[in-house]
Amino acid sequence: MKKLTSLALIITVLSIAAYAGGLLLEQAQGTSGQDVFHLYNWGDYIDSDLIDQFEEETGYRVVYETFDSNEAMYTKIQQGGTGYDLAIPSEYMIERMIEENLVVELDHTQIHGLENIDPAFLDLNFDPGNRYSIPYFWGTLGIAYNEELLSDFEFSSWQDLYQLELENSILMIDGARELIGIGLQTLGYSLNSRDEAELAAAADVLSDLAPNIKALVADEIKMYMIQEEASIAVTFSGEAADMMWENESIVYVLPEEGSNLWFDNMVIPHTVQNEEAAYAFINFMLDPNIAAQNADYVGYSTPNEAAMAFLPDETVEDKQFYPSPEMMENLEVYQDLGLEFTGLYNDLFLEFKMFR
Amino acid sequence: MTKERKWLAVPYHLWIVLFVIVPVMLLLFQSFRGLDGSFTLVNIQTYFTSRVYLTMTLQSFFYAFLITVLTLLISYPAAYFLAQTRHKQFWLLVLILPTWMNILLKTYAFIGILSQTGFVNQGLNFIGIGAQQLLFTPLSFLIVATYIEVPFMLLPVFNAIDEIDGSMIKASRDLGAGEWQTFASVIFPLSLSGVRSGIQAVFIPSLSLFMLTRLIAGNRVITLGTAIEQNFLVTQNWGMGSTMGIVLVLIMFGVMFLTRRRRKGVTVR
Amino acid sequence: MKQKQKWATVYLVLVFILLYTPIFYLIFYSFNEAGTMNQFSGFTLNHYSALAEDARLLIIALDTVRIALLSALIATVIGTAGAIGIYYTRQRRAQNVLLSLNNILLVSPDVIIGASFLLLFTLVGFQLGFYSVLLAHIAFSIPIVVLMVLPKLEDMNANMITAARDLGASPIQVLTSVILPSITPGILAGYFMAFTFSIDDFAVTFFVTGGGFATLSVEIYSRARQGVSLEINALSTLLFLVAVSLVSGYYFIQQQQRNRKKLSQLDPTVHEKAVTP
Repeated sequence: MKKLTSLALIITVLSIAAYAGGLLLEQAQGTSGQDVFHLYNWGDYIDSDLIDQFEEETGYRVVYETFDSNEAMYTKIQQGGTGYDLAIPSEYMIERMIEENLVVELDHTQIHGLENIDPAFLDLNFDPGNRYSIPYFWGTLGIAYNEELLSDFEFSSWQDLYQLELENSILMIDGARELIGIGLQTLGYSLNSRDEAELAAAADVLSDLAPNIKALVADEIKMYMIQEEASIAVTFSGEAADMMWENESIVYVLPEEGSNLWFDNMVIPHTVQNEEAAYAFINFMLDPNIAAQNADYVGYSTPNEAAMAFLPDETVEDKQFYPSPEMMENLEVYQDLGLEFTGLYNDLFLEFKMFR
Repeated sequence: MTKERKWLAVPYHLWIVLFVIVPVMLLLFQSFRGLDGSFTLVNIQTYFTSRVYLTMTLQSFFYAFLITVLTLLISYPAAYFLAQTRHKQFWLLVLILPTWMNILLKTYAFIGILSQTGFVNQGLNFIGIGAQQLLFTPLSFLIVATYIEVPFMLLPVFNAIDEIDGSMIKASRDLGAGEWQTFASVIFPLSLSGVRSGIQAVFIPSLSLFMLTRLIAGNRVITLGTAIEQNFLVTQNWGMGSTMGIVLVLIMFGVMFLTRRRRKGVTVR
Repeated sequence: MKQKQKWATVYLVLVFILLYTPIFYLIFYSFNEAGTMNQFSGFTLNHYSALAEDARLLIIALDTVRIALLSALIATVIGTAGAIGIYYTRQRRAQNVLLSLNNILLVSPDVIIGASFLLLFTLVGFQLGFYSVLLAHIAFSIPIVVLMVLPKLEDMNANMITAARDLGASPIQVLTSVILPSITPGILAGYFMAFTFSIDDFAVTFFVTGGGFATLSVEIYSRARQGVSLEINALSTLLFLVAVSLVSGYYFIQQQQRNRKKLSQLDPTVHEKAVTP
């Protein structure tokens, strides 16, 4: 008994010490300011120097929280336990959040610098007139491969992935819409197909692709490609940019059949508590210099036209990351499929995973 | 006496109501809801008629079984030998300590160890077998899952063996029983309670391992946990996810029933 | 006999190596000049100095430890009381029902637990942050404590309780000087398991945290998008060393106390002899 009480005592003392230590660190860092700004963003999706700069310029204290999927973010914002002031979801989720009144309509008189954004990225279907969202980054899905390891191969289309010689060598992004989308586009159908026959055909053609797939993974693709655990991957453009930075043999191509074009936009969720800070952050991010610095760090393509002037020429001129208007025409934006078809896509995906 | 005892367990009962019964009710409620929010039996029907879900359940079972057997095979001798060492409590802690390292970090370490250029493959190269594809195989999944679960088996088994009265072992020897006989008829039966807790602590969570299935097995192994995670976080089909959750709970009841204590007081004390 | 002991040692050393391989791997690469856990290019302490300047990460580390220590402590208290409650439940069926309810959280995938706790907290209007995480950790740690303590209770010699009661011990005395001492190993095991659960948890914390509060696993997960930074390895190495020294320190002190006790064994006032393992 004595042993138990003394242990309990030690534990209590230790946890008080941990608490005190945390407080001391916070004070030393001066992070206990009053005017707090809650930012909810993807992991590692902003240059952290920019957060410091934003804090310095505006005096807000940024509380930075991250999510790893649109759906996880949606759940937390919908439940509303925390007062997030700004979030950065993808387009199909924004469409859904607008429908469900989870985002606040923007007051455009408080936004400065929207003219910096390429008009091609404004007034899109998911948010006509940008009443709810301001572009942050955009990107594509494509093929990243290692030229050195695959010197005998050329990749310019999804079709090229089906070659028998590629058995057990492709790393595929672990996403239902991405995988089924490849099947659909191989056959020339739309990424947003709501035709059961087309989907069945896509699943069928994918079963030919299955033997070539080494693994279905997520963010780790980058690491595996850099370390040359695999020679080819289907991944997002920004991820590919990071790979190419670390391993010069890697090349990224947009498939001829077309691909997915996606957007991550800033929105003010209904949980907002500091609207002023949210607008300050939006305006901060619209600044061409800032946007350029952020794009350089994150690796995805910036929608900020004015920022392009501050980016290295080789980045801006890279057609795989800033495709020509003709190439852009081939790209498709995901639409919200509705519950029934989202379910069907996922069933097909699960079946593919189980029986490949 | 009874009054005090009741008072003692009040927080526990409160916990059961708030954090077990209420969530299970929510789960049950969800599992009867279709995608459009109406009351339906469609989820349960889908589950029990779908080849995908049934295969997955069987597969989860199979892997959880293997993981449990492997952890038991590794942990039992370790616990047995450990109980005979001089500073046994200390060494036990030393063996448990690695669990405190973040699991994701350890997984990344395993990725490094098992990768094409990792040191397992370097070793294989050295002895002339040549590098093998280790990552993204069910084998590597089994290795890592077993690694993660071993401490959860080791601890209860050790506690049970350690509890065995030394005089019983001595008595058995005095009666002329050999080393093996003593083990088989005294030590092993007395350690079974620990083995039971160990199996409960390993088998059931192994059914729902996720993250490892993607990171280590590249989705070549799909467990119920993976599918549930998918349904909750990606498809947002909470109905189906909840249905699978309920299935897991039912399986747990089964395991509990199989590993239950048959009769009280079998062990003579 | 000697031979057998040798094999036992060999086996234990093997298990030790097995369990520590990834740990040593992580520690080794925390000194890697290159930024990844793949090719070792040279020795550096850069990751440690980067860590020293990363106040956010250090605060998170301390918060994680605090959550784990406290949640395990509270879960152990509640769980032990619960186990005693289950033990005393006379009817077999009621006992089984309680145990089954107890184990539900153990089998539920973290995602379900996380999502349902989130629903629960928002239903009640509980602010997400430190306390919601603490409460969630307590909640999912309780069943493992019960599972660790209950077998000890069942193995306990029931005659001791009767004897103590016959000798006029009050219920509290029975609890503190008969029951608790004989289940101490189970309680300690329960605490360690609860602590481990808390330290390891990612999914539940992810759902129920808010207001900028994060634990290490949540932070590591969000940083892992770029591949785990070796700063995290450095931090884990330090935490691991702290844990090792705490454990050895505690053990050392205990040993000394026990030695002292041995000296005073002739003293008839020492009752605890039979209790310490």
